[in-house]
Amino acid sequence: MPQWIRACATDDIDEEDLIRFDHGSATYAIYHSPDGKFFATSGKCTHEDVHLCDGLVMGHLIECPKHNGQFDYRTGEAKRAPVCVNLKTFATKVDGDDVYIEVP
Amino acid sequence: MAKRDYSLLGPDGARAVETGLAAAEWYHTDVPRKVMKDLMTRSDAPAIRDTIILYGCMIAFAAGGIALWGTWWCVPFWLAYGVLYGSASDSRWHECSHGTAFRTPWMNNAVYEIASFMIMRNSATWRWSHARHHTDTYIVGRDPEIAIMRPPAFAKVILAFFGIPDVIAFIPRMIRNALSGPTAEEKTFVPQSEWGKVQRVAIIYTAIYAATIALALALHSILPLMVIGLPRLYGAWHHIMTGLLQHGGLADNVIDHRLNSRTVYMNPVSRFIYWNMNYHVEHHMFPMVPYHALPRLHETIKHDLPAPNRSIAEAFREMWPALKRQLAYEDFFLRRDLPPTAKPYREDFHKAALGEAIPAE
Ligand code: FES
Repeated sequence: MPQWIRACATDDIDEEDLIRFDHGSATYAIYHSPDGKFFATSGKCTHEDVHLCDGLVMGHLIECPKHNGQFDYRTGEAKRAPVCVNLKTFATKVDGDDVYIEVP
Repeated sequence: MAKRDYSLLGPDGARAVETGLAAAEWYHTDVPRKVMKDLMTRSDAPAIRDTIILYGCMIAFAAGGIALWGTWWCVPFWLAYGVLYGSASDSRWHECSHGTAFRTPWMNNAVYEIASFMIMRNSATWRWSHARHHTDTYIVGRDPEIAIMRPPAFAKVILAFFGIPDVIAFIPRMIRNALSGPTAEEKTFVPQSEWGKVQRVAIIYTAIYAATIALALALHSILPLMVIGLPRLYGAWHHIMTGLLQHGGLADNVIDHRLNSRTVYMNPVSRFIYWNMNYHVEHHMFPMVPYHALPRLHETIKHDLPAPNRSIAEAFREMWPALKRQLAYEDFFLRRDLPPTAKPYREDFHKAALGEAIPAE
């Protein structure tokens, strides 16, 4: 049953950056885009077992810190080798100063 | 003493997977997020400047070599052209494969494709082999880019300065890739979706070399091959000289780049040719930092790293005797002391892998 959970405050993430958010045994990445919106994906790269939170956000791309693979974090689409498998994405909403994500 | 099996399909690789040594979490120096974001920032300007200088010099040196062909005066022009073709292409290939040299993706890809051709690496295969080199740096049986295996084959190392083993390995592989796609070993690290590309790239390379050889035959002159192909032999020495220092004589089967990689201060010409990869511990620890920011990264984290070698010559003086020791005793490696400000090596964690080390002089 999907549920909305609070992930962070809106000012916890600089624009064009991301943070790691763990919930239960799952790990997520929460993004603040340059146009002020929030997005969420699974927290680890699909190439190897590497957290994306140390990566670099450029526009709407997240670059993995290990081999520089890139995803569009809005859609999860794999954009640059060596990543071939898309990232899972999760819905987000902002309520007041808080960012929520919808987790399964 | 353990005998190492470097085959990617062999028992050492399988053991590394079983024990968790493969794809492990590596040691990183703590760097505040804001500082790291600043270091990772991409920019086109430095790489555009360096690429204009590089290709401009190559055109000028080749033109000089062609104009003076048949006299001894052409020799310095070919030597200079060769080192840019056969060595600077290695660092351009490397940095653009990471996608960090330029901010603009097509620029990275264009320079990557040209450099891959010049350095004689299939651009579709080597992107993946280099990813594995970063995941499993100097893990025996996992890393396809181990330059000096143990015990070191000195004859091969010497021949490498003239590009000979690389070219001998490349040509039959290129033809095989052109005829039937990637080999069984290549299939262990290249995803299936890319196998067709490996073949296409090999066909293009084969066609270019065939055309160059045909032109040389038609002109009854090796001049076309002096421009395309041969500089991979006569200009390889610089990238071998700098490349051997990256990991030579240091530990294998560890997961701390401070133990298996070497940072060396180099002169500005070598740093241009090598695109700052002399900061090699830094590059492995943080591969997202572009080449032009590596000196700043070095300043940021050097308190946590072994002291760099102060010159290429000093680094060779450290590495060469260690390689000689490895002839008789494969487990031998150099272990560099850390400064008091550094987080210590995890002795407990690396003990099984480390074998016996001596402190570097
Ligand atoms: S682990 Fe993310 S690109 Fe390889």
